[in-house]
Amino acid sequence: MNKFSSTPAVNQRAKAVDQVMRGVITTLALVSFSFIFLILLFTFKEAKDVFFDAETRQAVLPTLLSTNWQPVSENPKYGIVPLLIGTLKTTLIAMVIAIPVGVLAALYTACFAPIWLREIIKPVVELLAGFPSVVIGFFALFVLAGALQTLTGAEFRLNALVGGVAISFSAIPIIFTIAEDALSSVPKSIQEASYGLGATQWETAFYITLPAAYPGIFAGALLGFGRAVGETMIVLMATGNAPISSWTLTDSARTLTATIGAEMAEVVFGDPHYNVLFLIGVVLFLFALLLNSIAEFYIKAKLMRKFRGS
Amino acid sequence: MLRLRSSLLLCFLLWLCSCHAPDATITIRGSDTMVALGQKWAEIYMSKFPDETVQVNGGGSGTGIAALINRTADICQSSRPMKPKERQRIREKFGRDVIEIPVAKDGIVIYVNERNPIAKLSLSQLRQIYTGKIQNWKELGWEDQRIIVYGRENSSGTYEFFKKEVLKGDDFAAFVQTLPGTAAIVNAVSKDVYAIGYGGNAYSRGIRLMPISRTDTSAAIEANEITIAQGTYPISRNLYFYLAREPNPTIQRFLDWVLSAEAQSIVAAQGFFPVKGLVAQLDSARSTSSQFQ
Repeated sequence: MNKFSSTPAVNQRAKAVDQVMRGVITTLALVSFSFIFLILLFTFKEAKDVFFDAETRQAVLPTLLSTNWQPVSENPKYGIVPLLIGTLKTTLIAMVIAIPVGVLAALYTACFAPIWLREIIKPVVELLAGFPSVVIGFFALFVLAGALQTLTGAEFRLNALVGGVAISFSAIPIIFTIAEDALSSVPKSIQEASYGLGATQWETAFYITLPAAYPGIFAGALLGFGRAVGETMIVLMATGNAPISSWTLTDSARTLTATIGAEMAEVVFGDPHYNVLFLIGVVLFLFALLLNSIAEFYIKAKLMRKFRGS
Repeated sequence: MLRLRSSLLLCFLLWLCSCHAPDATITIRGSDTMVALGQKWAEIYMSKFPDETVQVNGGGSGTGIAALINRTADICQSSRPMKPKERQRIREKFGRDVIEIPVAKDGIVIYVNERNPIAKLSLSQLRQIYTGKIQNWKELGWEDQRIIVYGRENSSGTYEFFKKEVLKGDDFAAFVQTLPGTAAIVNAVSKDVYAIGYGGNAYSRGIRLMPISRTDTSAAIEANEITIAQGTYPISRNLYFYLAREPNPTIQRFLDWVLSAEAQSIVAAQGFFPVKGLVAQLDSARSTSSQFQ
């Protein structure tokens, strides 16, 4: 018999504590939910004038999908296409580097590294995840940019490639940490069964552990992707911030976040420019929503079912 | 009893301070370019007049102007002249024209890499570089290399000034790379042999200040204290104090002091230039401020 249910008094106290704790947790959850909701509400409210205020609409909409970002001008042009291209360009470069590096490093740490080494690697990489991005940006601006220019012979010293590589530094630790957790939590029985069938360590790691941890790794990659899209300071310092619509990796790029970061400080409240910056915020929000939805529904609905075999 | 009395006295003193403070506090907001200068002024002014408080905040010229309009600042520091729209808003809200007081001068200098051999650029060449009509150093008589063009982000007062004075209101070319702050531009230019950039007066290794001529044929003028303070250097600007209301005696005393020889020598120490030549015309500077009384 459970000791809490041994006497009615203790039983009642346990129930009361349960009630109180449930109340506290519900309140906290509601508070954080309402914070997010209020931030959303604010962003949407400030952005809505782009569509619902006749004057602003006239100023913004004709040029919104053009390739000219020239908001401080006699005829302001609010083309967000170069900003979208810049964001995708830097993010894709970052992901191409960060996903393989992060996942393979996690695979090594989880499946091959001796325990003492794992005890060192994990905390060190987790420390890296909290590394201030402004320091990474600084490093990119002073060291990486020059090195990559000599390597690629790029015309522009600050370009999307420098930004992308620097962003990957901030995304790798996130992907690594989550992928490593996923890989370590694959049940040992599966691996032992694999060894039992005569598979080598490599075969087990690649064909058994890695696929089994796939949902977690996918989630880590998506989180890394989210971080790369939202990264502001690094791109502000390292990409050159020229709003040009080009897919060339060694051209300068300007991202959505860098645009908000650079221009929010001095826009006049209620100006079309101000509203457009909030619209960019909404675009970023929708991006995050999309990513999280993919993670939630795809992983939960598809992958989990596949691996559970139901 | 003694303790009670002393605490009552303390309360009274605190109350005295708290009701005395508002009219002796001067709130200054605005340009980030001018924050260091404003704070230096405030620090020395407060050491001279200990019963007065001068608070200086940055945030950008635009923020300062908004604060002036919203009555959350007594003085706005601005590194650019107010736009007609902003002047209009002050007129609507305060029923009078804004008071504009130039308090210092700042030269916008053109940086190139120290290995750049070109002796001078004219304002029109500069305009063509920044609007994208000249994209190669060959057109200016150097190697066949693309010009790497750096500028400030469009929230900067320097950006607006450069756009108005050098580009004559034209738009910057899309490939102009924008960096946060003068230091970033200086650093970039020192590392890019084929780069050009603009910003506040700054000295650094690896860069050279390009002499600028007003027209293609006139003589080039180097940027230095004398040419900028006298206004012969083609790209120099005023730094302003803006007031939306008549200055009260406290603010007036501060304004007079800012235009005094002592305060103007601080301007030079901060890397800017005294307004009106080299402080010799101190009296005329004083009359500029008193004409608003």
